[in-house]
Amino acid sequence: MSTPLLVWWRRHSCLLGRDSSRPRFLTAPRRVSARQTKSLRHGFNATTLAGLFAVSLAAATPPIVIQNATILTVTKGTLNGSVLIRDGKIAEVGERVTVPSDAKVIDASGQFLMPGIIDCHSHIAADSINEGSVSVSSMVGIEDVLNPDDISIYRAVAGGVTTANILHGSANSIGGKCTVIKLRWGKDAHDMIFEGAMPGIKFALGENPKRAGNPTGQRIGAGNVQGRYPATRMGVEDVIREAFNEAKEYQQSWKDYKQKIARGEQATAPRRDLKLEPLVEVLEGKRLVHAHCYRADEILMLLRVADDYGFKICTLQHVLEGYKVAKEIAAHGAGASTFSDWWAYKLEAFDAIPYNAAIMMRKGIIVSLNSDSDELMRHLNDEAAKTIKYGGLNETEALSLITINPAKQLKIDKRVGSIEVGKDADLTIFDKHPLSNYAKVEKVFIDGQMYFDRSSDLAERPERDTEKKKLLDKEKEEQKKNGPAGRGRPAA
Amino acid sequence: MKTLVIAFLVTLPLAASDDDSFLIRGATIHPVASAEIQNGSVLVRDGKIVGVGRNLAAPKGTRIVEGKGLHVYPGMIDSATEMGLSEISAIRESVDVGEIGKFDPQLRAEIAINPASEHIPVTRANGISTVIALPMSAGGGGGGFGRGGGGSIITGQAALVHLDGWTWEEMEIKKSAGMGMRFPIIPSMGGRFGGGDFPGARTFAESKKDYETELRELKEFFENARRYQKAKAAKERGFQIDLKYEAMLPVLEGTEPLIVMASRERAIRDAVQFADQQKVHVIIADPRELGKMGSELKSRNIPAILGPTLALPLHEDDPYDAAYALPDQFYKAGVKFAFGTFDNEFSRNLPYQAATAVAFGLPVDEAVKAVTLNAAQIWGVADRIGSIEEGKSADLMVTDGDPLEAKTTVKQLYIKGKTVDLDNRQKRLYEKYLNRP
Repeated sequence: MSTPLLVWWRRHSCLLGRDSSRPRFLTAPRRVSARQTKSLRHGFNATTLAGLFAVSLAAATPPIVIQNATILTVTKGTLNGSVLIRDGKIAEVGERVTVPSDAKVIDASGQFLMPGIIDCHSHIAADSINEGSVSVSSMVGIEDVLNPDDISIYRAVAGGVTTANILHGSANSIGGKCTVIKLRWGKDAHDMIFEGAMPGIKFALGENPKRAGNPTGQRIGAGNVQGRYPATRMGVEDVIREAFNEAKEYQQSWKDYKQKIARGEQATAPRRDLKLEPLVEVLEGKRLVHAHCYRADEILMLLRVADDYGFKICTLQHVLEGYKVAKEIAAHGAGASTFSDWWAYKLEAFDAIPYNAAIMMRKGIIVSLNSDSDELMRHLNDEAAKTIKYGGLNETEALSLITINPAKQLKIDKRVGSIEVGKDADLTIFDKHPLSNYAKVEKVFIDGQMYFDRSSDLAERPERDTEKKKLLDKEKEEQKKNGPAGRGRPAA
Repeated sequence: MKTLVIAFLVTLPLAASDDDSFLIRGATIHPVASAEIQNGSVLVRDGKIVGVGRNLAAPKGTRIVEGKGLHVYPGMIDSATEMGLSEISAIRESVDVGEIGKFDPQLRAEIAINPASEHIPVTRANGISTVIALPMSAGGGGGGFGRGGGGSIITGQAALVHLDGWTWEEMEIKKSAGMGMRFPIIPSMGGRFGGGDFPGARTFAESKKDYETELRELKEFFENARRYQKAKAAKERGFQIDLKYEAMLPVLEGTEPLIVMASRERAIRDAVQFADQQKVHVIIADPRELGKMGSELKSRNIPAILGPTLALPLHEDDPYDAAYALPDQFYKAGVKFAFGTFDNEFSRNLPYQAATAVAFGLPVDEAVKAVTLNAAQIWGVADRIGSIEEGKSADLMVTDGDPLEAKTTVKQLYIKGKTVDLDNRQKRLYEKYLNRP
């Protein structure tokens, strides 16, 4: 039973640094707040000094050496050795590395070090997912509703994930804008955003966008949405084409305006259209399209629409029948981000096969495995292991599905996705080989900072239990004093 | 000469048919009931295991299966599924998981199992030879298991079936292995903010009232069933057959367990109390926490069917690994348990659910037992399946490694000594499209 005080505690304990599963060291005073980092960008003001101070402290974090690990670099083979982390970056990788005198040394004997896992399709850390009332909802974006308190963030880190693509839902042919985040649990929403990652937008094909158009179709995450166009796959194509026709006109209106200004003519700027701006960015290659799709026909349709309008589909998401049109996907250059073995939960998932990832990889597509689930996200390494059986991928190929490949798809592979000198120190330590179902995550680093440590998590549990009990007791006392707390709606 | 011919004719019907008689040799045998045997053999005759050990001699002419480098385990048992009852969970027409009505003990899952379901060969391909098909509380709607709240209380008879057979009769191991039941609960208010603030949401007081009503109805139903039992035994005048109460007799007589869905500690406590009062056998299904109920379950020999290990914690402030570590808690408390997926398309991942429990403390041998012998014991069929022992059905899984590891491939599967086709729709699609020009 959830009492109001307990609910409040669950919601806000993160802010107090007392969440049941949040490592305490994350509340250390080194935290750089969003306000501080923003002030750095906006020139000097009263808070600038504090901001600089915080940054310099962060930079002064002592180097870390992880020793004696089996290092699965993914891109440069596997070796037994060490990694030196300095200023949040991987400074050295090898059988022997420099051990600075002030370094914090972590002995990982018998353990496995791999790049932090990247989930190319997630909905954690978002307060809402679907703006389902219209079939083109490109004016909304996940960045505006990022929720840094979502406990799923910590749980995902505890599963070795360090980066995730947070997507809008799939109720719309053209959905909302997406944001890539690093799972810096304890930081605020702004500081979770993967700085420099290209923005994205969600498209969706098939049953989900058309169901909102079917007044009898109840299964959609969009709530009680009135029936609306489109109600078929034919309509979905049309909605996308109509939207891009509008976007092209809008793009042209700005070009005309800018030309007039350049010629020194009088001109009035077009009215900004927040729905069409992101689509213009798609046309100009400045925003990545992540398209939810299942069936081969709809996949091919979208590739052809994109060809016609001159833009690229960055990733096909789910893409359960991708294996049927792998040749066409490879020719377009789209990436494919799929499930390991989901099938049969709806009609369009009935031809899904667990060999999908392997076939698509063999046919030259960059493939990743994603979760689309707060739960599955916690063991993407297990999902990758399945491709060894289903389709015969080797261990490195299997690991690439959850590391370097999603990094390439999100165009962040210069920063993350493998263990290489110069890349961000986003690293996960497993106690056994990560492709074993017996493996569990021991430690996780993002930008060289430890965001999960199983031993600390275990050690701090008794204290948290005591704290929770104290709060419950306090609430009981208050209830005795004031009578039972009212909650929910009053009885009708 | 003549006598010899007669002897031959006489022995012919007794001779092992090639179909379900063979010797696997040179493999690592994992009998589960005893220690593993390196370079061992299993002798199967007429679908039964007749020998397990080293250097077994097979009668002349016995088909030999070379098992070098391979491992032999008993076929795995998934102790809770929708197998054959649901094809595509989002399509109402293909789902027969939950009926309308609060008390439905007369319903039989067995007769609704579609033996041609595509899920069966897909599940078999990962070494699962036997499942419980469990009618669930779904209020007659679409797919998915209702984890409490609304719908049926007594859901119907669960069937224990082999994943092989032309008809459900041929699949049958036990037509009614237990009676499905959802224990009434006060549902949590849910939602991130703990509020049930949506149209139709019930207040706590309303929910509590629902719960009390359901408890009363449940008690009355059992009282009525007992009256029926007495009236039948006494051959009372005017006694009429009632299919619902008739179906309850094995439960009241203690020959059939109640499979009670109870997630939370409080529901488990309620269910145990109810079993005490009603003097019936219960199996706790899909518990999500153990709390202080370990010794209560152990002292009463109440077993549990644990749901997916790969699950989110029940509460926001539970440890992140609450579900991963739950099987080990049950083990340490001395409670007997088996694993169930409570699913259909993911039944094939049963072994990986067990493996995660090992990562978080459960001894590996116990994890294997929980998908084989423990399940057979809980369902009262340990004399027939669940381990590699003489006299048991030759339900055998031959693998190229540890079956709890996802990368391991099941090479052969035998059900009642018969080689099962490991091909399925997904493999056919794979081959077809891999070879697309």
